[in-house]
Amino acid sequence: MMWALVLLPLAGALIAWLIPDNRKRPLVLPVFALAQLFLVGALLIDTPPVSPAGWILLDPLGKLALLSNSVLFAVCAFYAVGYLAYRRRRQNRVLCAALLVCLSAMTLVAISQHLGLLWIALEATTLTMAPLIYFNHNARSIEATWKYLLICSVGIAIALLGLFFLAYSTIVAKQDVTLLLPSLISDAAALHPGWRHAAFIFLLVGFGSKMGLAPLHTWKPDAYGEAPGLVGALLAGGLVNCALLALLRVYQIAVASTEGALFQNVLLVMGLVSMAFAAVFMARQSDFKRMLAYSSVEHIGIITVALGLGKGALFAGLLHMINNSMTKGVLFLSCGNIHRAYNSKSTAAVRGALRRTPWSGALFLAAFLAITGSPPFSPFVSEFLIVSSAFVEGNFWTGALFLVFLALIFIGMASTVLPVVLGEVPADLERTRYRDALPTVLPPLLLMGIVLMMGLWLPAPLQQLLRDAAGQLGGGA
Amino acid sequence: MNSLADQFLVLCLLLNFAVLGTSRLNFSVRAVALQGVLLGVLPALVHPISWHLAFIVVSIVLVKGALIPFLIIRAIKRAEIEREFQPFIGYIPSLVLGALFTTLAFIFAAKLPLAPEHSGLLVVPASLATLMCGFLVLMGRRKAISQVLGYLLMENGIFLFGLLLADAMPVMVEAGALLDLLVGIFVMGIVINHISREFSSIDTSRLSALREE
Repeated sequence: MMWALVLLPLAGALIAWLIPDNRKRPLVLPVFALAQLFLVGALLIDTPPVSPAGWILLDPLGKLALLSNSVLFAVCAFYAVGYLAYRRRRQNRVLCAALLVCLSAMTLVAISQHLGLLWIALEATTLTMAPLIYFNHNARSIEATWKYLLICSVGIAIALLGLFFLAYSTIVAKQDVTLLLPSLISDAAALHPGWRHAAFIFLLVGFGSKMGLAPLHTWKPDAYGEAPGLVGALLAGGLVNCALLALLRVYQIAVASTEGALFQNVLLVMGLVSMAFAAVFMARQSDFKRMLAYSSVEHIGIITVALGLGKGALFAGLLHMINNSMTKGVLFLSCGNIHRAYNSKSTAAVRGALRRTPWSGALFLAAFLAITGSPPFSPFVSEFLIVSSAFVEGNFWTGALFLVFLALIFIGMASTVLPVVLGEVPADLERTRYRDALPTVLPPLLLMGIVLMMGLWLPAPLQQLLRDAAGQLGGGA
Repeated sequence: MNSLADQFLVLCLLLNFAVLGTSRLNFSVRAVALQGVLLGVLPALVHPISWHLAFIVVSIVLVKGALIPFLIIRAIKRAEIEREFQPFIGYIPSLVLGALFTTLAFIFAAKLPLAPEHSGLLVVPASLATLMCGFLVLMGRRKAISQVLGYLLMENGIFLFGLLLADAMPVMVEAGALLDLLVGIFVMGIVINHISREFSSIDTSRLSALREE
């Protein structure tokens, strides 16, 4: 059953590769994405026990990542059909196949309990995204692809070294050498401290560069800026969660060892630094897709701060992980539509999107309000919980800095988003074929609905799942 | 570990310098490939032979010694480029830095809290030195192909450390990591090809359109 989850999208990729017709091929995406989503739903309700060798298990943390990735992917798959209809001339064979392979790899990340397997799957997600970022085949996108490939590959290689150190710390501690998560957690305190320490640092740097924690985020603005909207949505909402999940596995081991407090402090500082970077670079961005990349850096920072605070903030941090994915989905998809409509992503040319593309413009505006933490959307809930738990824990400075950065980012982002959405439509507007239509508007609208719903009412099973997952990270009920 | 294995490791260290000191890309590719093959054979010298081991050794030799060099040399031919020009860090400074890193790796490895059965082995210093040299090539060269070679050197260094953990790494994980590496190089080869078509050069310093104003 669990393997079907990984193999199903792979089969879909093969079928997509074999279909010769450029128009019919994209239809494979929603079919397999929905099948996968149903399978995920079935497995969430009736979770199979751990696999015989202990490699595959769907634990609460994995469930959260899997659920959010599968929902986001399904929405993006439906969007892809509408999007690719506008880009008939561009060959989409590689795009369709790579998207499904990526889904398969993202799923494997979520269900693996063996850190070596998790690493392989994470590296696979990195590689399959490269041709997707390069979809537009121009000079700028190839530059972005090259930076992305090189920085992420090196980052992931460093994470592998970190994993080796972790395994070696079991040898030095005279234990059976293993990379299975449960045994590493149960023996965490007995591992050799020097090697364990080095392992944590390397893993943090490695996974951090894939997540885009500042100052390891340099590939992000380029890749997010040049990739098509739906690829950006998957990068910012899906791949980020995979890398985050890998970091959470390390976190699980860290809190079970004696080094939990140190690790948390490092995370706290890195999170705040990421937010600061985002606040500085968000202002005066002339490219609204690049701006979204800094927003992604910010939200990774927020989640990392929550992990650094620990205890009550963990629940909120995990909630924010989902909220961020869903909202980023809306942002990137609607901003992709606006990009199509104006054939530009520069704030100098794009103005008055609310008139030109009323639905996409409105969605972009709503998602901007949501992501900057305005009620009644769900990121408000999670950000509020993080701040309040910072003050409850007596971590006054963190809470204060957090609020200052949020305010700065709100102002910076508003100065880019508001003219794009409101403003006057320029007179010398280039004529494009794009008009807001159901296939490209409904998917982000659906995601926006989820964001709004989760802000008003969090379903009880999801709350329970979040509590269980926070419990895994040591953050009691 | 026996003396033959040690000689292999010394040869690996020398190959680092061969890559650091040359501008000829074809030569560098062969040096990195040879290093990969040496590292691939190494487990067979150290551990008792088993099916698991034979499979890994054969696949590493095949991938690192044949497939990856083939992919890179094809990329070099298509890009019609033979040499690295004007690297950010010159060849002589690279060699000096490489020597410095290798020395530091030995000093550092002697201080590491290794398991008793591993102390005094060449594996750890060779691994750290190769890793650092790979980093040096990655940072110091302009051409995309040289950067790929730097990445491969780094990967070799990391793989070398993995030798100490031969028992911990199940076949599937090792094979998977190798497959990821192969696909990675394949993708990088394609990207290089496109870079050379788009910019009529694979000089990565020309990749500078995307920047913060």
